[in-house]
Formats: sequence, structure tokens, C-alpha cells
Amino acid sequence: MSTGILTGRKLGLVLCEACGLLSRPADINEPGHCPRCDNELSLRRKNAIQRTWALILAAAICYIPANIFPVLNTITVTSAVDDTILDGVVLLYTTGSWPLALIVLVASVVIPLAKLIALSYLLLSVQHGSIVGSHERVKLYRLVEIVGRWSMLDVFVDTFTVALIQLQPLMSVKPGPGVIFFAAVVVLTMIAAQTFDPRLIWDAGEDKEGSDD
Amino acid sequence: MKVDLEDGVLRLPQNLVACSECDMLQSIPVLPPGGAARCARCGHTLAVDKPDSLERTLSLTVAAAIVFLVANLSPLMGLSAVGRHASTTILGGAQEMWLQGNEITAVLVAFCTVIAPAIHIGFMLTVLLAVRRPPAPSWVGMLLRWLEWQYPWAMIEVMMLGILVALIKIAELASVIAGIGMYGVGILMILFAAMKVSFDPREVWTRIRWANGEAPATVASAESTLSMETGP
Repeated sequence: MSTGILTGRKLGLVLCEACGLLSRPADINEPGHCPRCDNELSLRRKNAIQRTWALILAAAICYIPANIFPVLNTITVTSAVDDTILDGVVLLYTTGSWPLALIVLVASVVIPLAKLIALSYLLLSVQHGSIVGSHERVKLYRLVEIVGRWSMLDVFVDTFTVALIQLQPLMSVKPGPGVIFFAAVVVLTMIAAQTFDPRLIWDAGEDKEGSDD
Repeated sequence: MKVDLEDGVLRLPQNLVACSECDMLQSIPVLPPGGAARCARCGHTLAVDKPDSLERTLSLTVAAAIVFLVANLSPLMGLSAVGRHASTTILGGAQEMWLQGNEITAVLVAFCTVIAPAIHIGFMLTVLLAVRRPPAPSWVGMLLRWLEWQYPWAMIEVMMLGILVALIKIAELASVIAGIGMYGVGILMILFAAMKVSFDPREVWTRIRWANGEAPATVASAESTLSMETGP
């Protein structure tokens, strides 16, 4: 299908990821620095697979306490209530704003989990040298990259809720231990998406093509 | 795409690029105004012709700088309950998080809502002013690299949605008043999107002196980088 496609890797040309300059280093494996912007060059992002796995694993571990521990602690004169992320979604739903409940549910629960699954799938497919569905896989990667930052939504909601509701002793809101774990999930998965190299998705097909010749 | 091998010298077409998402080599045609070139294999956008990119982005960035100051100095939202009033600013949110013992989250929120957008506006202004008279010194390229890298962390639009959700949640408990800061964040969100759309980093790179001391990339210098001997 992709017979005859020339890539930078085949011709020994390295693309600078910072400024987009294509250069031809003496040694493709030790390309040095970009002559235009001095960025460190590499044919593929360094140790992309190992680093992305490490970040995903760390994020997956944080995902559990992020959902179990409360993110907000509401203290009134008579009571103290702990709310997890899901409790917050339920609260929005029961007070009648189901579109917002849906947005928060998607941004805080669905997207982080979907990102972990999607990146794991991309890594596994690359590690097994899969050559099918490259177009779909690269679309999946772009989606992960674009959508990831929206998970920070709940951290902002919690922050502004805490900042505004400080009416001691009538009512005050404190952040719970879940917030930091949740923020960690978002940051780690964002970095994981940037560490993964989408060009790996296409490399397998070219390697196979090369061995057929 | 055609590659000629003559006398052991690899001649590559001008405007040759490698797709940053699949590494396929292809040349970018001359684009019509507003036209875009997509990768023939993976569909990634390789180049977009942005008419008057630098001037437009500069005016948007100046506007963003003013709105940013207003948005950060005015109250974001206020709350009235049982005769008491409270209000917060953007940084006030991060500050309260810090005071409540959640320092790391506070720093993260401050970075994504205030520091990263401020860096973005400041670096963008510096870069755009510096390249008005090419060739710009090579440190401008360093700022541009940093700009591209930190862009996803400036989360104005996510913050805007966060403010709205918080507002609606709190409205159940007390009466809330949207402050000037909130409208500021809304406008800033639009300006950031417009800056992203109008800014063409490729044009900026052609105006910056190379790190190795060469003059900015003209056709000739691009040729000299690409047409080197293939070697043994």
C-alpha cells in the first residue's frame, strides 16, 4: 500500500521538532544539534516507549486515589461533608444541571481513563510492530493530545469553589486529598502524550516493506 | 516527489519537509492565500498560509496583554450570603488553595491560569517585535521554542469552563455575581485562540539568525543544508 514512500529515516534526514528544519547529520544516530535553532536533534523522541509507559503507569496508580479520596470538604455549622469527584457530578445532576454534570463526568472520569487505555493500546501496537489501522491509530493519538488538557477542569472548579466559599463559621470549603492525585493524573498523562512519538506508528510498516524487498 | 541522484550528490527538491507525525518526505507547494498543505500519508497539517501573520498576531497579542492585566486585577466573581460578601481573583484561587495546605495544586493552578499565559504573551510580544527587522538574533529562536513547548499548559479556555461550572455549583448555595475578571477571561480565551490561528512560526523562523551563525534561511542556505554528499 505504501510502497515507495520516502521518509526522513530512510534518507538519513532528521527533522528538528522545534523549528521544523530538515537537516542531514553525519551520523543519523548521533545527529547533534539543529544548525538553525540549536535544539537537540533525534530521529525519534528518545526512549519514547519506555518513558511513556512509565508515565502511564504512574498516572494509573494516581487515578485510584484521585477517585476514592474526597476533593472537597464542605463544613457548615452542623455538618462536614466529604465529596469525591463523582459526588460532585451527582450533585450537579440532582440540582438540575445535567449538561454540566455530563461535562464534568467526561472531563474528570472518562477522559483520563480513556487516555490511559488509548496510550497503552498505541504503545502495545507499536511494540508488536502492528502495520494495520495506522490512520485510525494516528487519529486516536491526535485526539488524546487535544483532549487531555480539558481534564484540568475539575482542579479549576475545586480551586474556585474553595476560594469563594469561605464564610466561616457558617460555611466553608476545604480541598481534600483527592485533588493532588487528580492533578497528578492530568499532568502525567499530558506529558505521556507529548513523550510518545506518533512516527513510531508508521515505522513498522516501512520496516516490513523493507524486509520484503 | 522526485529525488535525483547524480554524481553521488543527493539533490532534494526545495521546500522539502518531513511530516512531523509520520516522517514522510514531501515538498510543500506554493500555497494560495489561506491555503493549507496536509501530509499525503497521515493528513497532518504541514503548513498553512497565513496572510499578514506577524502584524495580525502582534495586534492580537497587545490586546491580549491589556485584557490579561484587567482579568487578573479585577474580581472574578463575588458571592453574597446572609449579609456577607466575598470575592476572589484568579490568583486568589491559587492563594486560597495554598493557605488550605494544598501547595502543589496551588502552584499548578497558578502556572496554568496565570504564569503560563503571562509567559506566552510576554514571549510572543518579544518574538514578534524582534523579528520586525530581520535578521533577528538567535536567542529569539530560543523563546520561540519555549513558546511552542509551553502552549498546552496555558489553559485559559479550560479555566473559563471551570469558572462557569464553579459559578453554577455555588449558585445553588448563595447568590453569585460574575465580576469583570470573568468577562476578561472570556475575551482572553477568544484572543488566545485568534493568536494561535494567525501566528505562523515558519515565517518567524525565516527571519531569525541561525544558531550556527548563518544568516536566516534563504533558498540558498536551505539548499546547502540539503544538498550534501551522500558519502560512502
